[in-house]
Amino acid sequence: MSRMTMREAISKALWEEMERDESVFIQGEEVGLWGGTYAVTKGFLDHFGEKRVRDTPIAEAAIVGSAIGAALTGLRPVAELMTINFAFVAMDHIINEAAKLHYMFGGQFKLPLVIRATSGGGRQLGATHSQTPDAIFAHFPGLVVVSPGTPADAKGLLKSAIRSDDPVLFIENATLYQTRGEVPDDKDYLEPLGKSKIQREGDDVTIVAYSKMVQSALEAAKMLSEDGIEAEVIDLRTLRPLDMDPVIESFKRTNRAVVVEEGWRSYGVGSEVASRIYELAFDYVDAPVKRVAQAEVPLPYNAKLEQLALPQTEDIYHAAKEVLYG
Amino acid sequence: MEKQTLIEMFRIMVRIREFESEAIELAKRNETRAAVHTYIGQEAIAAGVCAHMSNQDLITSTHRGHGHCIAKGADLERMFGELLGRDGGYCKGKGGSMHIADLSTGNLGANGIVGGGIPLAVGAALSLKISKSKNYVVSFFGDGATNQGSFHESLNLASIWALPVIFICENNEYAISTNVSKSINIENISERATAYGILGKSVDGNNVVSVYDDMQMAVEHVQSGKGPVLLEMKTYRIKGHYFGDNQNYRTREEVDLWKQKDPINTCETKLQNDYGLSSEIISKIKKEETKKVLDASTRAKLMSEPEIDDLTEDLYDLSFHNIKWISLQK
Repeated sequence: MSRMTMREAISKALWEEMERDESVFIQGEEVGLWGGTYAVTKGFLDHFGEKRVRDTPIAEAAIVGSAIGAALTGLRPVAELMTINFAFVAMDHIINEAAKLHYMFGGQFKLPLVIRATSGGGRQLGATHSQTPDAIFAHFPGLVVVSPGTPADAKGLLKSAIRSDDPVLFIENATLYQTRGEVPDDKDYLEPLGKSKIQREGDDVTIVAYSKMVQSALEAAKMLSEDGIEAEVIDLRTLRPLDMDPVIESFKRTNRAVVVEEGWRSYGVGSEVASRIYELAFDYVDAPVKRVAQAEVPLPYNAKLEQLALPQTEDIYHAAKEVLYG
Repeated sequence: MEKQTLIEMFRIMVRIREFESEAIELAKRNETRAAVHTYIGQEAIAAGVCAHMSNQDLITSTHRGHGHCIAKGADLERMFGELLGRDGGYCKGKGGSMHIADLSTGNLGANGIVGGGIPLAVGAALSLKISKSKNYVVSFFGDGATNQGSFHESLNLASIWALPVIFICENNEYAISTNVSKSINIENISERATAYGILGKSVDGNNVVSVYDDMQMAVEHVQSGKGPVLLEMKTYRIKGHYFGDNQNYRTREEVDLWKQKDPINTCETKLQNDYGLSSEIISKIKKEETKKVLDASTRAKLMSEPEIDDLTEDLYDLSFHNIKWISLQK
């Protein structure tokens, strides 16, 4: 185990997989000479060379589309989109190709593609650079959508994503890059895709979250603990395919749940999880499932308004209290 | 031009024409659904381009893709099977006419989105370049696709990385109902190559010999590492956009004028006049291809329908086979 930041964990996963497998390469805007907009690929160009660390024009459709073509023909591309807001420019290739080709062509081709993108707000970048549209991508069968909440998971999940033969959208929350945690040193440390994970045990209330909201949920759980309430925090980690097993098992014990996401509430991850709880554990419901999410406005620039719109630790704390009628 | 090469291309052109005619018959009888976009009138392009290609050379194709598929060497029975939605079709009945792929012949797939396949071809060319292969990629698309952003992004990327990809624009005059004169303000689409610093040329796409010769030049260009080529094949879509199109956007006279330049008739005349091929041999080839197509169609109809379990098969690779598929339920 080593203590490191999320940025270092992601960088290490990429580095190790590129060392391990010659067919893995990176392409995207600013990934080479500049070392990545968030410095994740710093030093990669010098070590791996131009052939495998490819700076591209600002042309997201071509970045994703060509990565799909490379994946169909034997390479394992990791395409970086800088931020998920720019994925909309590449949407046709993500949705009409990456998500469909394996199924639509009857399983003829493997598609070992990873698309990395940062998501989330809170850095006063304004409405077009601060979205958390993760649920949109999780809507499409055929895509795998992963978004880690801890440095260890970031490493283990990214390594699994690169080794997977399915197209994976790997969503990183930019405000988590400095978050530190213990990370296994093992070069074959893999976390399974499509598996949720209990990040904190508790019997009083189930808090379901993913990505940055896992950290907020853990903080809220600490606050609740001071009030004598023990929250179980479940990290979805993969939004599609969604693993509800740990959530349902937990809910059957706690009978109360809060679902937290940084994105908008309507048609969101919280809606999906809540409705599955009702479908799968209706007899265990002691209180309506509460959703904590972003205010339904494009994220404003002003710091006070931005924080007002984003879900906060206190919001999770209060939501837990509400479902406990406390 | 070797006589045998020309005969073989003629044969492929006839095969495509017969396949498309049978596809229309199936559509008339409602046996195949979805849109059937026929390649009739454009056969010389697929035949002349693919005559140079091996199974290790790759293509990306379009919604009007049957011709590319056949010229690349596809099995007709499995193609009809796909049109009929049967489990023995190329994509197990999940793709349909607009989405046939064939890994065995290097066909990376038809694409239902105009311009969608172009960046895929660029990525495939990157794979070939990185593995130091001598093989190359051909991306087929129509005049309409050259107004999509993906076309421009792809030509640019292929150019700066000097990738072995040949962009084949089949200018058949119509993007659905819109004449190219109303959607593009230049005389030759090949001029668009200039903007990306790559070689571009316009070719008589109804003359299989011209297509073959210019493709030869393009192959030598990409194989010598000089980067991509854009070939504009000037042709005409003899049938409507798809079967059932009322074609109120063009005159019968216009269509008849182009029918006089039919690529198969042109090739047939050349074979007779310049190569002394007898009309008996020509009609023998035609009969053989008609029979091949009709037999394939008949056999495809005997293929079974997909099973209920096939609904969720192939959604993901094997890594997820142990997951409980609540998410797949209706």
